[in-house]
Amino acid sequence: MSGPSRTPATPSASAALTNDQLARRSRREQRLIPSAGHAVGLVMVLATYLLLPHVLDNLWATVAVQAGILCIGGLGLNLLTGYAGQASLGHAAFISIGVFAASYVGRSAAYGGKGQPFLAYLVVAIIAGAVVGFVVGLPALRLRGPYLVIVTLGLVYATSYALTQWVTVSGGSVGAFTPVSTQIGTFNFQTMSVGRDQGLVYLVWGFAAVTGLVVKNIVRSRPGRALQAIRDRDVAAEVVGISLFRYKVGAFVVSSAIAAAAGVFYSTTAARFTADTQNFGLALSVSFLAAIIVGGIGTVYGTAIGAIIIAALPTVVTEYGANIPGVSDHLVTIFSGMIVAAVLVVTLITQPAGIAGSIQRLKSRNLRRVPESAAS
Amino acid sequence: MKRDNIVIAVVGAVLLGLCVYLAIDDATTFFTFVAAGIALGAVYALVSLGFVVVYRATGIVNFAQVGLVMFGAFFTQNAYVTWGWSFWPSVLASIVVTALVAVLIERIAMRRMIGKPLFFTILLSIGIFLVFYSLVTSIWIGFEGNTLHSPWFTGGQHTFGKVAVLDVDIATAVAGAAVLLVFFALFRFTKMGLAMRATAIDPEAALAQGIRVPRVVAASWATAGIVAVVTGVMLGSGAEPKVALSAAGIAKVALAALPAMVLGGLDSPGGAVVGGLTIGLAYELFLGYYQQYFSALGNTFADVMPYLVMILILLVRPSGLFGTRDVRRV
Repeated sequence: MSGPSRTPATPSASAALTNDQLARRSRREQRLIPSAGHAVGLVMVLATYLLLPHVLDNLWATVAVQAGILCIGGLGLNLLTGYAGQASLGHAAFISIGVFAASYVGRSAAYGGKGQPFLAYLVVAIIAGAVVGFVVGLPALRLRGPYLVIVTLGLVYATSYALTQWVTVSGGSVGAFTPVSTQIGTFNFQTMSVGRDQGLVYLVWGFAAVTGLVVKNIVRSRPGRALQAIRDRDVAAEVVGISLFRYKVGAFVVSSAIAAAAGVFYSTTAARFTADTQNFGLALSVSFLAAIIVGGIGTVYGTAIGAIIIAALPTVVTEYGANIPGVSDHLVTIFSGMIVAAVLVVTLITQPAGIAGSIQRLKSRNLRRVPESAAS
Repeated sequence: MKRDNIVIAVVGAVLLGLCVYLAIDDATTFFTFVAAGIALGAVYALVSLGFVVVYRATGIVNFAQVGLVMFGAFFTQNAYVTWGWSFWPSVLASIVVTALVAVLIERIAMRRMIGKPLFFTILLSIGIFLVFYSLVTSIWIGFEGNTLHSPWFTGGQHTFGKVAVLDVDIATAVAGAAVLLVFFALFRFTKMGLAMRATAIDPEAALAQGIRVPRVVAASWATAGIVAVVTGVMLGSGAEPKVALSAAGIAKVALAALPAMVLGGLDSPGGAVVGGLTIGLAYELFLGYYQQYFSALGNTFADVMPYLVMILILLVRPSGLFGTRDVRRV
């Protein structure tokens, strides 16, 4: 099965370690916060989270919300594609399920909805995503490589069609209004003193952090190792007693539940959505894939970095592109439209392991240097 | 495996029976839809053949082919309108340039993915397709909605019995058949075709046998580029349901050819044509009869039907109808 493999530890370095040391190192790597450096990093990220919305103007706050949505969905996709090795172009379908579940349960009865509060439609969307993920995961058990990729693309079209036909939920070709409430109890993120979009930054990135923790805990424990074993050699994984059914389908369920949650937050970005493939098509799936590839597939922090880059780039181009001398407005428009795809292409050609891969490579280069200098 | 065959035979028989019923009921109507279906199927088959030629040499499901089809169609129009060339020289220029672009894509981007996971390679080709999409739509904005001025796009038609068929549909079917014949001859009778097959099976072994693998791969991409222009011209010179010049329309039709290709099996040119014709016929027959029989499904069902048919067939046969079965090794 396709899927990225981790950079193997250099044989010379591991050979020098005793089994005991190896076991200790592996236990340390599995800790949530492996070192003091990581703890400092986390505190800095937390400080940024608390302060940043006060600094961002409305435009960049919208970008930050987009980045948070890409990060949440990307974490789910990373679990499925990065860890379990199940290549999927179907993420847009699950996002759309989240959007319309939120819309139907959340919008007021006047618009044909149920008028339920934020937490209710978040939960309903997650359950809907999980159920559809289960249904999709079953046939995916039989499909491999390019066939799975094309079938997941078909899923995007099929979901778009099914939702458009289901007029009660999606409003058909007219589209459905999205609920504006993001209220938990009496606290509403959109009426915070920092501003609407800035408040949403808190909400979305807060949820992204929770998702990150969930995904991190999955991948650093038994299920995560099982998923990676399936990714690297699924037949071998089955032979050593890993249930392909449980873990492959499980990866689809968790991944699409997370994607549906991302869809709930996506629904805050527009007042109305239609279920057509202009909104929820190949391009949307690719932006999530671009986020995890650029950041570094198979890593949790890489997903966050990639999401920020992919969300910010088009706006960076449109905001600052015209300032570069000799660049016409037309060129800026062309470039902002293709920047995500272009960055994806360049990343895949030059550094398929993404930014996390570059960091990893720098680290291991430093590690290797120490014993070499000690030997000479 | 035997059960697969029985399931496919039963479903096929039921569908055939349905068609015979419809044909007896109102032959003229039925065969009008069939003719349209064959023309559309020929387009799908052409796109699929472009996919297959690269898949056979490199094992890549090459989404960039969709971008090449767009590029080929718009470049032809560019030569015609902007440079004032007549139709055939425009097509010829487009063929040369598109084949060159295809070879460059392979040389600059795809070659670096050798040994990388398959999904990365597919994703790269999707990225290239999206870049092309943005480029084509922003460079040639004025061409959207135009029709290529091909000699057969005159609205003229020929009548077979009582069934009238548009000239453009006949031309498409002929082009599809011609490309298929050339492919068949290429793969079966030429050294290059043999080299392509060997390269697809095992590039290293092919290299060891003295096959110049890079040249073979370049040749297969160039062929894909040529087929892309033929496809683009056929799409761009047709009226509905084919698309005239529209990047989004071309992308829609070309992506719908994916199920056609999967139906036939990714590595089979014959399968690509059978798959293309099946999907094309199913599309047109559905569109023709849905109001009478399945109005609840809505006309947009026709757009997703290829994918649904594909998913159903893949559930019975995970490698398509004519594809080589996957051997799984530990």
